[in-house]
Amino acid sequence: MKLTLPLAASTGAETDDLLLGLVGVSIAVLALVFGLMGFYIIRYRHNSPIDRGALEEKSFRFEISWTIATLVVFFGLFIWGSVIYVRQFQPTGNALKIYVIAKQWMWKIEHAGGQREINALHVPIDTPVELVMTSEDVIHDFFVPVFRVKRDVLPGQYETLRFRADRAGTYHLFCSQFCGTDHSNMIGDVVVMPAKAYADWLTSNGAGDTLADQGKILFIRYGCAGCHLGGGTVRAPSLAGLYGSPVPLSDGSTVLADDRYIRDSIMYPKQQIVASYEPIMPSFANVIPENDLVRLVAYIHSLAEEKRG
Amino acid sequence: MSQIVLPQSQISYLSDGVSLRSWLLTTDHKRIAILYMISITAFFFLGGSAAALIRYNLIVPEGMIQSAETYNRLFTMHGIIMVWFFLVPAVPVTIGNFVVPLMLGARDLAFPRLNLASWYLFMAGGFCALYALFSGGVDTGWTFYTPLSSNYAQGHVVVVVMGIFISGFSTIATGINFIITIHRLRAPGLTWYRLPVFIWSLYSTSIIFVLATPVLAITLLLLMFETLFHVGVFDPKLGGDPLLFQHLFWFYSHPAVYIMILPGLGVVSEIIPVFARKELFGYKFVVWASVSIAIIAFFVWGHHMFVSGQSLFASVLFSMLSYFVAVPSAIKVFNWLGTLHKGRIRFDAPMIYALGFIGLFTMGGITGLYLAALAADVHLHDTYFVIAHFHYIMVGGMVSAYFAALHYWWPKITGKMYPEMIARAAALLMFLGFNLTFFPQYILGYLGMPRRYHAYPPEFQVLNVLSSAGATILAAAYLLPLFYLTYSIFRGARAPANPWGSLGLEWQTPSPPFTKNFVVTPTVTEGPYAFSKHETFDV
Ligand code: HEC
Ligand code: HEM
Ligand SMILES: [Cu+2]
Ligand SMILES: [Cu+2]
Repeated sequence: MKLTLPLAASTGAETDDLLLGLVGVSIAVLALVFGLMGFYIIRYRHNSPIDRGALEEKSFRFEISWTIATLVVFFGLFIWGSVIYVRQFQPTGNALKIYVIAKQWMWKIEHAGGQREINALHVPIDTPVELVMTSEDVIHDFFVPVFRVKRDVLPGQYETLRFRADRAGTYHLFCSQFCGTDHSNMIGDVVVMPAKAYADWLTSNGAGDTLADQGKILFIRYGCAGCHLGGGTVRAPSLAGLYGSPVPLSDGSTVLADDRYIRDSIMYPKQQIVASYEPIMPSFANVIPENDLVRLVAYIHSLAEEKRG
Repeated sequence: MSQIVLPQSQISYLSDGVSLRSWLLTTDHKRIAILYMISITAFFFLGGSAAALIRYNLIVPEGMIQSAETYNRLFTMHGIIMVWFFLVPAVPVTIGNFVVPLMLGARDLAFPRLNLASWYLFMAGGFCALYALFSGGVDTGWTFYTPLSSNYAQGHVVVVVMGIFISGFSTIATGINFIITIHRLRAPGLTWYRLPVFIWSLYSTSIIFVLATPVLAITLLLLMFETLFHVGVFDPKLGGDPLLFQHLFWFYSHPAVYIMILPGLGVVSEIIPVFARKELFGYKFVVWASVSIAIIAFFVWGHHMFVSGQSLFASVLFSMLSYFVAVPSAIKVFNWLGTLHKGRIRFDAPMIYALGFIGLFTMGGITGLYLAALAADVHLHDTYFVIAHFHYIMVGGMVSAYFAALHYWWPKITGKMYPEMIARAAALLMFLGFNLTFFPQYILGYLGMPRRYHAYPPEFQVLNVLSSAGATILAAAYLLPLFYLTYSIFRGARAPANPWGSLGLEWQTPSPPFTKNFVVTPTVTEGPYAFSKHETFDV
């Protein structure tokens, strides 16, 4: 029976420190509480002849001191936990982006090169990975214990999960949000591979078109090109260079065009209107399925990379 | 043969009418408490049977029960029954009903008929839920997360939700009844700071009943609308927001978890001084800790959603507030220890349960600190660690407190003494069985075993088997009181008015009390735990 959990991601090291710190605090508090309780109930059992002396009258001083002591310790734990957590949300430059689409009861993974897998995720070692995740039906949760990461996967929205694996091997992937009958079957393997093996894996599973290429075809098929490629009668913003740059909106605010923004622009165009454009784009909610959507997003992403060269 | 005829005011409430009608239409708070006690005992063993099957299933990795469907229904049923039909009403409504008027020196609650109506509402809700659970069941978990529960689940979600909705009105009514009773019906001289801590904790609980339960009602109503009429509230496919449900649900359910512990804290604060023969250490701090828990509890709901996709800012804020709510809980533990210091401690069964409570509550509370630390929660959320955390508090804590209260007030309620030795043994067994059942789950959670899994990877088996073994012991420990307490009703020794040498008003009237509680309304001249002034009172 193993009582420790291996760590396979450098991003999880801080979490382990925190857990260790918490264990330390717990042992100290438990020793104090159980120790005092045991000591008192033996020493002051009713038939013990021991002299109890005078009772303390000044409970106030005790109360204030232990209130402050607990506050200080708790506040320290709060800061510690929060700092690590906030850092987990910071984007890392040039991360490997992989799309995850959950549905009852499987994980569908879409790699940028067009490779697809089900209930398995191959990632290279020592590379920052960014998962862009959504669900086709109910809420699921992407949980890899050895990476110490977990994030709910919501329908109708992109959630991003980041990690950097640092130990090759095959590990559990669990769905940890109850999602119906076969919830406990919604499991898979995360395979962490050395760079070379990963490259080989990509080539041997390369299905031909990359995600972006497939997106380009869809861009025409869904009629986006008619407006967005110019030349027509309607005026719509060019999507080249959009990804990753700030977008001024008609309400005066500015947003960063990330995956979530692009997704929302396609599904709910009326919610965020680009400044100086008419809100004529139709909503594609309930029209474009999630797997096509990730292709379109990947395509729009690729446009920006082309432009930047 | 001569017979002494007692005046009407001096008949014990138990002999005041024996027909079924005199029980079912009673407005006597003590009899209503008995009605509740019978109902929640039935619910407890029903929920317990589901738990037994859950543990049975988890003995082997692939699951002893063939179908995942059945397993899912079992844990849903277990959660719903235990939370809404046992824990919420256990100490506050059942024990509270019996002792609140007695502790206040009152004849009854402020609204006796409303009190009876509450029981009927509770039963109506209970039957709704039971109907749903037995005629096909529900597979959403007790948390009913949308859109799973609204548009994907099979089974009788609407009916079970209806049952919870109806029983919610029963708790609201009881809450109002308690608040008004505590304000209006205190005996002469019973000032706020002379109230037993148990009353204060029920007062705090009632505030939560009244303020939080309506939110649950609205949430469940919206859920029913979405399920029945496909109005888009929570399902993004219909234009709803999936996180809204979680916000609303936890806005109720976090305060509700304090409904499931505050009364327990009150019971323990009541019992420790009596069996340590010493004044409660830091009375005012304990009292205000209860009230502040009741208030802060409304502002921490987001700690259930740290990985749900709520904003970073919200998570950080909720983490901080969660640590704040833990402070008053810690204060209470220290005050109990302070009470034990230099006491004359006796180890009657209620005290053993209360000491067990302190240990288990502390272990549950401490693991709350893990879950409130954001980065740690990312790893531990929705694993068995969370299961262990809240079972330590709600079962290790609150169920122990319920048994402590039951044993402590049993002589008052029934007029009979329970068999002391076997009761102590049961209390110890419960502590051991509990730890064996739930401690391995902390480790399982840390190792990554997700909750609500019908089957699991084989490396988790050893710990699961340990846990199931513990559950068998725990089950035995829970069955014991059922037998010996029932036995004592028929064969137990007659209880004196005040078997524990307590100072509370409820002990100044015979066991069992008169229908009208007191012949003469008592007058109070000192605090509830002034044992130092009663040295000679030592029994
Ligand atoms: C009827 C013309 C029309 C069609 C068809 C259309 N769009 Fe648009 N789109 C617009 C207009 C006009 C805007 C700018 C106003 C706004 O934000 O709604 C826009 C905005 C956008 C934006 C945000 C651009 C920015 O600069 O922030 C994205 C992304 C986008 N569209 C993608 C698509 C995709 C993908 C499709 C096909 C599935 C599509 N559009 C189809 C007219 C159209
Ligand atoms: C001492 C202070 C406490 C803190 C800081 C705390 C913290 C937390 C946190 C952060 C969670 C969310 C964990 C997660 O889902 O990842 C949680 C879950 C839970 N806690 Fe606590 N808790 C405390 C006390 C209590 C008490 C007193 C009770 C009940 C009487 C309780 C009952 C629960 C329940 C029922 C859940 C889980 C509900 C579910 O997901 O089904 N907690 N707690
Ligand atoms: Cu799942
Ligand atoms: Cu909570």
